[in-house]
Amino acid sequence: MIRALLLAAFAVLFVSLGAGCGEEPKIVFWHAYRGDEETALIKLTKDYEAEHKVTIELLSVPFDAYAAKLESAIPHAHGPDAFIDAHERLGSDLQNRLVAPIGDALPEKDVAVFEPASLNALTIAGVRYGVPLSEKCIALYVNEDLVPKTPRTIEELVALPVPVGGYPLVYEAGTPFYHAPFLSAFGASMLTADGQFGMVGEGAEDSLRLVAGWQKNGLLPEEPSGPVVKELFSTGKANAAISGPWLAGDLGKMRFRVEPLPLVGKTGQRMRPLLTVESAFLTPGGSKREEVRAFVRYLGGKQASLVRASLGRQVVANKQAWEEPALQNDKVLIAFHAATKDADPMPTSTAMRATWVPAQEAIRKVLRGDVEPKAALEEARARFLDALKPPPSPPSPTPLFLVCGLVLAGLALLMVKRVREPGFKAEFRRGRRAYAYVLHAAVIILLLVVLPLVLGALTSFFAGTRDQPQYVGLSNYVSILTARGGDLLGHGSFYLTLLVTVLWTLCNIALHVGIGVLLGVLLSRQWLRLRAIYRVLLIIPWAVPNYVTALAWKGMFHRQFGAINAILKALGAEPVSFFSHWSTAFAANVATNVWLGFPFMMVVTLGALTSIPKEVLEAAEVDGATRWQRFRHVTLPLLLPNMLPAVVLGTVWTFNMFNVVFLVSGGEPDGTTDILVSEAYRWAFTRNSQYGYAAAYAVIIMGLLFVMTRMLGRLTPKDVDKGETAAKDAPKGAH
Amino acid sequence: MERTPSLAERILVNGLVLVFVVFALYPVLWVISLSLSSSGMGEGGSVLPIPHDPSLANFKMVLGGDDPQKTWLFGRQLANSLLVSLLTAVVAIAIATPCAYALARFRFVGKEAGLRTLLVTQMFPTVASAVPLYLLLDALGLLDSRLGLTLVYATTAVPFAIFQLRGAFESIPVDLEEAAMVDGASRFEAFIRVVLPAARPAISVTALFAFMSAWNEFILAATLLSRESAFTLPVVLQRYVGEHDAQWGVFAAGAIIVSAPVMLLFYVAQRQLVSGLTAGGVKG
Repeated sequence: MIRALLLAAFAVLFVSLGAGCGEEPKIVFWHAYRGDEETALIKLTKDYEAEHKVTIELLSVPFDAYAAKLESAIPHAHGPDAFIDAHERLGSDLQNRLVAPIGDALPEKDVAVFEPASLNALTIAGVRYGVPLSEKCIALYVNEDLVPKTPRTIEELVALPVPVGGYPLVYEAGTPFYHAPFLSAFGASMLTADGQFGMVGEGAEDSLRLVAGWQKNGLLPEEPSGPVVKELFSTGKANAAISGPWLAGDLGKMRFRVEPLPLVGKTGQRMRPLLTVESAFLTPGGSKREEVRAFVRYLGGKQASLVRASLGRQVVANKQAWEEPALQNDKVLIAFHAATKDADPMPTSTAMRATWVPAQEAIRKVLRGDVEPKAALEEARARFLDALKPPPSPPSPTPLFLVCGLVLAGLALLMVKRVREPGFKAEFRRGRRAYAYVLHAAVIILLLVVLPLVLGALTSFFAGTRDQPQYVGLSNYVSILTARGGDLLGHGSFYLTLLVTVLWTLCNIALHVGIGVLLGVLLSRQWLRLRAIYRVLLIIPWAVPNYVTALAWKGMFHRQFGAINAILKALGAEPVSFFSHWSTAFAANVATNVWLGFPFMMVVTLGALTSIPKEVLEAAEVDGATRWQRFRHVTLPLLLPNMLPAVVLGTVWTFNMFNVVFLVSGGEPDGTTDILVSEAYRWAFTRNSQYGYAAAYAVIIMGLLFVMTRMLGRLTPKDVDKGETAAKDAPKGAH
Repeated sequence: MERTPSLAERILVNGLVLVFVVFALYPVLWVISLSLSSSGMGEGGSVLPIPHDPSLANFKMVLGGDDPQKTWLFGRQLANSLLVSLLTAVVAIAIATPCAYALARFRFVGKEAGLRTLLVTQMFPTVASAVPLYLLLDALGLLDSRLGLTLVYATTAVPFAIFQLRGAFESIPVDLEEAAMVDGASRFEAFIRVVLPAARPAISVTALFAFMSAWNEFILAATLLSRESAFTLPVVLQRYVGEHDAQWGVFAAGAIIVSAPVMLLFYVAQRQLVSGLTAGGVKG
């Protein structure tokens, strides 16, 4: 019956998957829009398809994965023909050869139609890339009922009286994008014109001192994230908020106005936000096709701009659209349009990407009151330089070939020696029939598991981007093992991360095994009436995908909305900012992973308990052993060796448990809760795509685990092992 | 044959287990409550997971509301997930079973080296092998296809499946096969007719794990697939919780839809789970 159903299901699936092929020319177009912006884009695509004989395949990629996906897909001709991206990525996109000059998708006669600043942002060395679609920057939202007239300076604004339990100003203070306007008012910037870290000097320090002072006096909310800002402002608990056009959609009927950011009183300068020009880019493949260029031209045109503005709530870069009556009554959009005039386009150089993480850590540290601005910024600058450090000059690859050759020769020699051994031929012949059973598996595993692994490991001898790798010998390893020339236990050093990883693994395995054995032993009691139900309920955490678990727990640890803080409050304790301190952030990670992993150990224990013969326990009871003695001296010694394989596997899994660490604490505070795997991930994806460096981390991780599992394997005394095998051989109940 | 326990012991044991049941269920109840709330996270946190303005809007959104192109994309993606995960389980078991049997029963040259290689493959973080895998699939012309994804999932599931099944085969007495062979069956026939049926619980548990690993995976799927109609459910789910625009209620509803089938399978297989999980023979 079940088999028939399965077969039927397969048949239906195969038929349904085979359908669907088109004749018309097809344009593949990628974007990272959600909500209104996506709706507008879909409408535009439909309209265009109806008028022209083309099919447009839209793909909405999650924002977090967007850059990596473009980088991997486009060079292999599996990417889009054109895509929407922020202009500041243009520098690295050009370096990775993801974009082509815009050509007649933006003809010379249309140049005057677009905002000059947005076109400038898309021009590198006199060549224009991309059609500007919309301009995004942040501005000041003011609650009309609480603040009838906006003061001239931000200091006066923050000094205004606030509603009970409210704040004078809310914004994502811990994010560089939101701190940048303060920097500009103090004469500093994220990146200087010549590509150096710009958050240095008196101005940058003063800007941090200003906001840290507000934070210290409780004038800013703690850990303000996007949802917190929205919640506080939309419920009238904040006089003002700094945010982008996206906030307006969530404010419903409340009375508010949008204004350009005010002055900073101390310097008398206006706060200038960063400007992002979202643009449609052509890929090298797509730029060769007339229909792709035509579609991109259409997206930037007046008609399409009107749809994007009214439906997608975008501040469009097409000046003609602003002359239409439909936009002239739109107060919010007009206010943001005005704000863009006072905004500075973000630099397009690749160095800009390397500023975000160090800047964010520095800002957060100062806001928490951990360090003085000067020290924090110096550290940030050092980290910025570290991430951009050019790869070492290529040494001669001869030593590598030599070593590889020697290793291969050594292996060959060993094999020859083994084959020459007296009994070898007989042994080989005896085992020959086994190869019929393993050959297919061996081939497939070698091709699809071992080969990528070896290639990945070889990457560790290279530096540079994926498409222009550069051989650097062992210098990635040397750099990692010498903590990049810094303090051996300094911030982000390999040894510190290793220490955290080992502690992480030990805590988790101890709790997994401890809780697993406890529950296994409790549930093995025959008199426990509800044990079948208990068992089902206790297995549930195992069945939930671990990224869901991780995100659910992250939500529970939230400073304002989290259930854990609600419980603490109900108990009369102060709420905790879990991700501001190492100990609480680490504990949050462990709690999540323990929840995730204890059912596995519980089931393993239940299985292992069934193999302990009842007679042994009964004999011990007859001998007068107490219950604890029986557990300690009979059950446990028989149980643990049986569980050892599961513990070894659990250790390997926990050591490399990327999802939990990355999704729950994300390394906060300041990357100190990162484990080796998440550190490797950061090198590969957030620090200038240093795949070689990440690969070296991976090889080191593998080496460590190999040694560790060998040591764990030694723990099994050989005689116990044999005893277990004998016990296992006892016939089990027929199924 | 066990003594009847005292009342104090009953209370203690039940109490202790209940503490962990609450620990296990609390986050799940939060996800359920969030999925039924129509007003997102609500004001501040509350201790009990009770939905705000209960409604099924989030579920409607996941199941097809957010589908302006009216092709019931979600149905297709559900079918993708089912197809890929079922095929992964079938292929992984087909590859692993004979191999595990040979490792459990025969002595042959290269066995130790093979076992060690299998264990090592479990230790290498995917961060570093993802890029070569991408290039390899590109070379095989399997990029952006469900077949390619299935192949990758199945092969990554094979090492664990081999360990697991080898442990199970080792625990089956050799006498069973020998009896069959005395009756005139070949070794292979004995394997098919005698050993496989005896190892059924372990095989179904191993298949469940392979199914689950494919059903829940999203990093590789998000990298390898670039057509919405080819996406699997976790990739779809990931879109709801972007950095700038998180729709937690919708994500929670999606999470429940994704988790439900696996929970159901666990419920059905829980008896096998205890007897079939050997995690055996990982003795490096």
